[in-house]
Amino acid sequence: MTDQEILAGLAEIIEEIAGTPADEVTASASFIEDLDIDSLSMVEIAVAAQDKFGVEIPDEQLKDLKTVQDVVTFVAKSS
Amino acid sequence: MGNNGQVSVVVTGLGATTPLGGDAASTWSAMLAGTSGVQRITESWVDALPVKIAAPAVVDPVAVIGRVQARKMDRCEQFALVAAREAWADAGAPEIDPYRLGVAVSSGIGGIGSTLSAYDALRDKGWERISPYTVPMLMPNGAAGWISIEFGAKAGAHALVSACASGAETIGYGIDMIRSGRADMVIAGGSEAAIMALNLGAFAVMRAMSTRNDEPERASRPFDKGRDGFVLGEGAGVVVLESLEHALARKARIYAVAAGAGYSSDAHHISLGAPNGEGVTFAMKAALRDAGVTPAQVVHVNAHATSTPGGDPLEARAIGTAFGDDAAGVVVSATKSMTGHLLGGAGAIESVASIMALVDRMAPPTINLDDPDDDLAIDVATKPRSLAPRIPGAPMAVLNDAFGFGGHNVALVFTEYIPLATEA
Repeated sequence: MTDQEILAGLAEIIEEIAGTPADEVTASASFIEDLDIDSLSMVEIAVAAQDKFGVEIPDEQLKDLKTVQDVVTFVAKSS
Repeated sequence: MGNNGQVSVVVTGLGATTPLGGDAASTWSAMLAGTSGVQRITESWVDALPVKIAAPAVVDPVAVIGRVQARKMDRCEQFALVAAREAWADAGAPEIDPYRLGVAVSSGIGGIGSTLSAYDALRDKGWERISPYTVPMLMPNGAAGWISIEFGAKAGAHALVSACASGAETIGYGIDMIRSGRADMVIAGGSEAAIMALNLGAFAVMRAMSTRNDEPERASRPFDKGRDGFVLGEGAGVVVLESLEHALARKARIYAVAAGAGYSSDAHHISLGAPNGEGVTFAMKAALRDAGVTPAQVVHVNAHATSTPGGDPLEARAIGTAFGDDAAGVVVSATKSMTGHLLGGAGAIESVASIMALVDRMAPPTINLDDPDDDLAIDVATKPRSLAPRIPGAPMAVLNDAFGFGGHNVALVFTEYIPLATEA
């Protein structure tokens, strides 16, 4: 999967959980500051990402994933 | 100053979302028109139950709140937030010191729907598929928390839980918050969203619910000989309470005086009312005393009257006892005949109805009262009835009863607001 495909899939998840339209989700966006996503919603995003990409994001990794690009990079590296 | 030198508390905002309408005004006009909100449940889960009727809310709260916020909230919390937004806007949405704004909103059961769906997720998909918002969705104080966040209320957010008295007890607590000087304004009320198989089954197994499935609109019939139990409704009611001083300073529109509250606990049985209605009588008398109102000032009672065979006559007798010779002039309405029983929301939407009755000087009808109990000694309105002061010069008063499993009895008294010359 290309980074672009992962970003598109992640943007769909973010739209579902946080309401930001998928086409407005940029790679540089911060979950907390730009997307208003709290730690509980991050848990939902991690589970949805696992279902979509087949990549498990352990809790100790999840807390370090601050931006959309961080998740894209993690998924690309792990898949 | 109000009775006993206490701070006067007034009502400056109303909100409701109910089986009769998506706001307080439409709910009230549907009540005056004698509309039933009870209907047949169409979902297949009802097939396994003896009860196949309920009174669903007219307006889906998700459509009001929006999908993204709503998915973090139980339906019960959603209803509460919708009614709170309406009430706060109705009060003029004033700027206020956050530490002077309180919340007292609760529910009888809380987020039972979220509890059930979380359990389904746990059983079918595993613990990781439980929504991370499950705990804040199922806790009965969740609505109070959400409302405090929405309006920045920092004086304290409280959720007094007393089953079907919850929505009245919160209003009583809100009055106390203002009297004690903890807040200038309090958003108070109750909510419930419990129309689902487990709850219908659990109340049905107590033999508490109507099974008049073939005539949904005629199923809720308080004080009528043909009643066979209550009908479950859903929704929320919220009032904005405010110190008179604060309301006058900002020239707020004042609906009524939230004059007093009375309480008792039956200490008798966990779900059955005490045989002679003693506790209920005590709560009503205590509310009148707290409000500084004489029985002859009371023109209208919005009864708890749920349409159960045992409960309605107890309350009717208690009204007779509490008001004595003055009971004959009290017009009683049982609006659950139209809304069904909103459990923890009931006391709140019935307070909204009581206040509107006072404002419009009109008691709403009790529908389906075709054949009253033989010994019914109170005057129950079957059509809208106009209300007039019984004592010249004294403000009219209305009383709202709310009782809950556990033996909780609450009565609230609201009076007309008559400005003093110095206040006008």
